[in-house]
Amino acid sequence: MTALQDRPLTATEDGPVRSRLVVIGNGMAGARTVEEILARGGAEQFSVTMFGDEPYGNYNRIMLSHVLSGEETDEDIYLNTLDWYADNDISLHAGHRVVRVDRFAKIVTAVHTATGDVAEAGYDKLIIATGSSSFMPRMDGLTRPDGSLTDGVFAFRTIDDTRGMIAYAEHDHHHRAVVIGGGLLGLEAARGLQRFGLSVDVVHAGAHLMNAQLGAAGADILRAGVERLGIGVHLSARTTGILGDGRVTGVALQDREALPCDMVVIAAGIRPNVELAVTSGFTVERAIVVDDFMRTVDDPDVYAVGECVQHRGQVYGLVAPLWEQAGVLADQITGADVTAAYHGSRTATKLKVAGMEVAAMGLQEPERDTDEQVLFAEPKRGVYKSLIIRDDKLVGATVLGDTSKVAFLMQAFDQGLPLPQERLSMLFELGAPSAEVGAAELDPQAQVCNCNGVSKAQLCSAVESGCTSVQGVMDRTRAGKGCGSCKLMVKQIVEWAAGDRVQEDPSVHWYVPGIPMDKPALMRAIREQGLRSVSAVFAALAPDGQEDARSKMGLGSLLKMMWNDEYVDERDARFINDRVHANIQRDGTFSVVPQMKGGVTSPAQLRRIADVAEKWQVPMVKLTGGQRIDLLGVRKEDLPAVWADLEMPSGYAYGKSFRTVKTCVGQEFCRFGVGDSTNLGIALESRFQGLESPAKIKMAVSGCPRNCAESYVKDVGIVAIDGGRWEIYVGGAAGAHIRKGDLLATVDDPETAERLTGRFMQYYREHAKWLERTYAFVPRVGLDHLKAVIVEDSLGIGADLDTRMQSSIDAYRDPWHEAHRPATPGQFRTGLPLQVLPQVPIR
Amino acid sequence: MSAPDTAAPDAQEGPLAVHEAPHRLGPLEQIPVGEGRAFGVDGQQIAVFRVRSGSVYALSAVCPHRGGPLADGQLDERQVLCPLHLNGFELATGCSTTGESPLTAYRVEVDGTGDVLLYLHGAVRG
Ligand code: SRM
Ligand SMILES: Cc1cc2nc3c(=O)[nH]c(=O)nc-3n(C[C@H](O)[C@H](O)[C@H](O)COP(=O)(O)OP(=O)(O)OC[C@H]3O[C@@H](n4cnc5c(N)ncnc54)[C@H](O)[C@@H]3O)c2cc1C
Ligand code: SF4
Ligand code: FES
Repeated sequence: MTALQDRPLTATEDGPVRSRLVVIGNGMAGARTVEEILARGGAEQFSVTMFGDEPYGNYNRIMLSHVLSGEETDEDIYLNTLDWYADNDISLHAGHRVVRVDRFAKIVTAVHTATGDVAEAGYDKLIIATGSSSFMPRMDGLTRPDGSLTDGVFAFRTIDDTRGMIAYAEHDHHHRAVVIGGGLLGLEAARGLQRFGLSVDVVHAGAHLMNAQLGAAGADILRAGVERLGIGVHLSARTTGILGDGRVTGVALQDREALPCDMVVIAAGIRPNVELAVTSGFTVERAIVVDDFMRTVDDPDVYAVGECVQHRGQVYGLVAPLWEQAGVLADQITGADVTAAYHGSRTATKLKVAGMEVAAMGLQEPERDTDEQVLFAEPKRGVYKSLIIRDDKLVGATVLGDTSKVAFLMQAFDQGLPLPQERLSMLFELGAPSAEVGAAELDPQAQVCNCNGVSKAQLCSAVESGCTSVQGVMDRTRAGKGCGSCKLMVKQIVEWAAGDRVQEDPSVHWYVPGIPMDKPALMRAIREQGLRSVSAVFAALAPDGQEDARSKMGLGSLLKMMWNDEYVDERDARFINDRVHANIQRDGTFSVVPQMKGGVTSPAQLRRIADVAEKWQVPMVKLTGGQRIDLLGVRKEDLPAVWADLEMPSGYAYGKSFRTVKTCVGQEFCRFGVGDSTNLGIALESRFQGLESPAKIKMAVSGCPRNCAESYVKDVGIVAIDGGRWEIYVGGAAGAHIRKGDLLATVDDPETAERLTGRFMQYYREHAKWLERTYAFVPRVGLDHLKAVIVEDSLGIGADLDTRMQSSIDAYRDPWHEAHRPATPGQFRTGLPLQVLPQVPIR
Repeated sequence: MSAPDTAAPDAQEGPLAVHEAPHRLGPLEQIPVGEGRAFGVDGQQIAVFRVRSGSVYALSAVCPHRGGPLADGQLDERQVLCPLHLNGFELATGCSTTGESPLTAYRVEVDGTGDVLLYLHGAVRG
């Protein structure tokens, strides 16, 4: 017997004493939970040991259907390779099946599935994540005398099952397969096996396919689709036995003729793996019973997660709930958030079944007389949509064939969103709830702020306790303080809840919270009094001359825009990102994004970036959504050296400033290109680099209306059209908000496009509220107004705007030069001196 | 990660412990006006802030919300904002202005030579 890890608490070289965490089951839930624990700094608290009875690292089980269908290879589906375990200092015992948990001695005992060797490990905390196995209905001829499956019979659960099926299906003499089970897995298996030239029949005991997810009507349409693929479907058919002597020759059915075949795949459902828990004395009903903290009810040191658990009576068979469970477990076990609790998941599934899109959530059919059903069926095209609505909330939906509306439906189902009166729009056109329906009908428990987890009820109770301004409620609850996309909803709810008590908060008109002035008044005062630094503005304009930390960044940006070279730059007015010219990360490290104009790079540049990444051991190198390269997880102390080695200018991925210009290849290479989009993009980025503005500005230039650079959804998006002309769109967005930009002008040459872009930017810089993106600014001031001022120069300020823009451009200096002479003492000193950095996962 | 619990037995008493030898953190010039800098003191992470009017404050350096580095935060005369999610903490007391758990506030002073002295056990509030 080998004793693994049976040492008591382990002390790392310099770190604190770590306790021993043992995880049984190295599948999707087990490994994900460990990842979540590591992400919460768990490596410092725990030495981790994992047992898995499959002899591999963790792989994506969902992808097995794709491996069978040939869309993926079995190499490609690993989520955690063996290196990952080594890199994270996890002792993995692959191929070991745990057979006993001694809860009193706190020891688990495992047996190697091939060699029979026994191993033991002591634990302080234990996680059971044993998943499920395929359910094998009882029938004659299923197994050989030794209990193993008859030759040609397969389960569909593991990578070994899948490899076995493929090898068998590829065999020249195998022509027919029967799949037992007409659920998701069975249909996937049937479709996959067809690839090998087998003719496939599905035998299903239920009266219709996928009865766990679909009602009869939807299932009929699915069945027609499946049959069109050439798969035989036998419903209400009970298999009584496997025929053949040592090798499969067919399946026997009750009251029907036998189906001849060469192989059988059993996909008749799953059963949680609970034997270990049962024999070790844990409470097991349908599965291992856990509380809201994912702890077993029997032992506070033992947790369970995944398909092997039963939570509030529910057992799940899809991954989404497991992710939530893993997060809660990790919060609890590390103490990162001891208030975290799992409340169960409403499972909405969106799947591709045998090549057809299927989404299902909640009720399949109306249950009460008052339930409303909205139904559309087009069997010929294989389209079916059924919505079940109760008290104006979506309580169920089944969608087949065309799943374009599914994202909205899932959200409405999950969050109890108000539904559009025009029900048809939930089936066919962009069906987001209209703002007006909002507040009143929203379910009290619906989460309004998804970043900070604030519900409608919490907003209402803040109002009840006396907060009657929108700002006050936002400060109290932190709603709207994450990505900000819920602000409008928060405002409506507060106004609805407060009724006529609602107070208009005068500060909503102020440019920054600490100075009671709107932007025009503030700019006038700054100019008249010649206020050139942030502290001068506070002294002159703030109540009692009081500084306000929340106002500093906005003022700094405004003053820089107004005074350019004459701005007196006080470093403490800057947000940390602007002090060190990089974006702070969750663990206090920074990301470095060098400029890569228009997304165009060169081998030399790439080589240099690669060298720097290696030299400085950058934990992650990532292509950004802005067509450049991000070096993530750089220590603050290393920033100057990293820039010096890069010898590239800053890409300004951290500031409230002009960011990037995305481009497409355009005319030079693309057979459809009608304008030189890359060169215009590079010109724009060279011209406007780093300019501060009230919020981020992102641009794109596309070489034709196919719009591969996504110009319609940028702050400024330019599209080349036939005839050498260029369209300029402004106010587009595709982040927290989606908005198609408005066509500001169509111009004849790139120079004019560049000039109008600059003019628009300057007008925006001078008139937008702090943090107001163009997608809010453009509709607020109105397209007609912008056209008049910027294109037609109706106010006669065009030339002035151009001049002021030019002064800003002339005053631009690449901040990464500070690498050579720090601006303040300790500018790059770490903010967390004793922390082991970086903590972001290394890839 | 939560801030280390450092409240000494005499911390609650009001008048600060008289006998405690302070930790000498070096010249005040290390900390630019209006900013904070972090120090590792006796195994603890302490952020020292120097506000524009000249006062110096010391707080535990790790944000109780999600571990943000407070020394990298922005400040005014009253509070520091964590750079990660902008929770606020009073410089003098460590109390959060946005409903988070409080930080430990330490007694800190500048001596005649211009060095910053920190009293690790003289927690103003912990
Ligand atoms: C790195 C990148 C993601 C990636 O891996 O691809 C990214 C990363 C961040 N984005 Fe982004 N965004 C990135 C492309 C985008 C895009 C796509 C694009 O630029 O084409 C969008 C949608 C377009 C847009 O800007 O609207 C986008 C919309 C946002 C938003 C939502 C803004 C909005 O009002 O709609 C935020 C939040 C904010 O600005 O307050 C945000 C905020 C952030 C921040 C800066 C969050 C923060 O303050 O720390 C992220 C920094 C992560 C870090 O630790 O470094 N990011 N972000 C992309 C960098 C692009 C670049 O090269 O500059
Ligand atoms: C072919 C297929 C397709 C799927 N498609 C989808 C899909 O499209 N969408 C979706 O949401 N879900 C899908 N699923 C379901 C999804 O894969 C599971 O929900 C998920 O894998 C469950 O994770 P788990 O960790 O609980 O269990 P598992 O991933 O099964 O992991 C449990 C692990 O523990 C091991 N183990 C068990 N007992 C012991 C023991 N005593 N000692 C040591 N190790 C042990 C097992 O061998 C296994 O490796 C699919 C499943 C299959 C099989
Ligand atoms: S990179 Fe953007 S989308 Fe991704 S987590 Fe950060 S802010 Fe959110
Ligand atoms: S970590 Fe400090 S506010 Fe979130």
